[in-house]
Amino acid sequence: MIKIEHLNKSFSDNHVLKDISIEYRKGVCNMIIGASGSGKTVLLKTIIGLLTPDSGSVTFDGKDISAMPYAEKKRFRQNIGVLFQNSALFDFATVLENVMFPMDFFTDWSRKEKIERAEYCLERVNVQGSDRKYPGELSGGMQKRVGIARAIALNPSYLICDEPNSGLDPETSIMIDQLIHGLTKEFGMTTVINTHDMNSILEIGDNIGFLHQGKMLWQGDRHSIFGTDCKELRKFICANSLARNIIEKG
Amino acid sequence: MLRNFLIQTGQYFLFLKIVFRKPEKWKIFWKQFFLEADKLIVSSVVLVSVISIFIGGVLVIQTASNMNNPFLDRMLVGYMVRESLILEFCSTMVALILAGKIGSNIASELGSMRITEQIDAIEMMGVNSASFLVLPKILSATLLSPLLVLLSFVLGLAGGWIVVWMTSIIPPAKYAEGLRYFFTEFYIFYSCFKMSIFCFMIASISAFKGYYASGGTLGVGRASTESIVISCILILMFDLIITQLMLY
Repeated sequence: MIKIEHLNKSFSDNHVLKDISIEYRKGVCNMIIGASGSGKTVLLKTIIGLLTPDSGSVTFDGKDISAMPYAEKKRFRQNIGVLFQNSALFDFATVLENVMFPMDFFTDWSRKEKIERAEYCLERVNVQGSDRKYPGELSGGMQKRVGIARAIALNPSYLICDEPNSGLDPETSIMIDQLIHGLTKEFGMTTVINTHDMNSILEIGDNIGFLHQGKMLWQGDRHSIFGTDCKELRKFICANSLARNIIEKG
Repeated sequence: MLRNFLIQTGQYFLFLKIVFRKPEKWKIFWKQFFLEADKLIVSSVVLVSVISIFIGGVLVIQTASNMNNPFLDRMLVGYMVRESLILEFCSTMVALILAGKIGSNIASELGSMRITEQIDAIEMMGVNSASFLVLPKILSATLLSPLLVLLSFVLGLAGGWIVVWMTSIIPPAKYAEGLRYFFTEFYIFYSCFKMSIFCFMIASISAFKGYYASGGTLGVGRASTESIVISCILILMFDLIITQLMLY
């Protein structure tokens, strides 16, 4: 479980995150939703420790990552798998080397064992026969899947995904959502997904937090989202014609 | 401007502190070291060779054309070409050329990795990204660049020899005699030492600029340009300082 309490973050005079408190549960897809510029990415980067909060805390099963010494923080980060918005695959490495990268650093496995594990992860995300290709030779959807394979390579307890559907067609997008959802259940991970994609929200949103101008205005799941009284959330949802039709037809 | 300079200088030394941490795994470090050696040093061999040969030839012609006095022994042409090459050209001039080649390579590579979140991804895995990406670059450039000095020196002299042989501007025997005349071995060490310092500055400054690049592709271009300009200025400044300290 990831627990965020009274989190604040500013950049100069710009107060981006305002007293955020929320809990992300294990084994479900937790989502941060909101319009562009609402502070989603800043919240996500603060959760994973790439940004330091001005005040408040982020605890991973009771451990506060921001209070950890450098060496402990480094060790702890091996428990966190991250899928970045643009996949962030290493250009200098092949698909197989990308997935093996964390294993090279943090395991004493033999090369054969590492290859077996990497191939298992790639198989799990339906990427086969591309082991020797470089990221530049892959489609956007495949890059995302390789990114997920790399994120789960060390069996992390937490999976953080920053806009996993951005730039993907609807079909590939749903496939990525279902893959993340399936892996979350299978490995019992605490998954946090940052998105503004309504299809994803309706497909896999088990625990959703709506962020508006740096404030967490609403929390619920995909079943309760249409019944919300939150004016800002309704406006956000109704920007999508599918969701608008569902609301209008009751 | 002064405040910005002080902030940047402070950040640069803090960056070096992170870079010079013990590598996570020595096996990975050595692998990266040899990859970088290939990318930064071995790939510069052709460029350095071509330039050195031509400069050696040009130096012979220029020196000979300025030594028409019959009281000056023609052997001095070879001597002056040798001294010019080892004291200045093979280290400082080659370093300025490498500042463009190696500097832009490092800054643009790291800058691209920064803006595509690849560096964030490495950090998130719990790996010291600065040490993993930058330390092999700095060490390979610093430790192996003296080989380029030696190569440049030999090929510069050879370039001079080719011109002497093809044009008979001075008798080849006189050129050979000049090359051997009053040779100071310390100059070889001095030139190699200078080159190591210059390449340390090129690699570390370019890495610093690239590692903290921001502002998309324009930011990468800016980082690359700034790293070359700063490296060139510092090379010339330190050339003066090192020369004063070591030769006078």
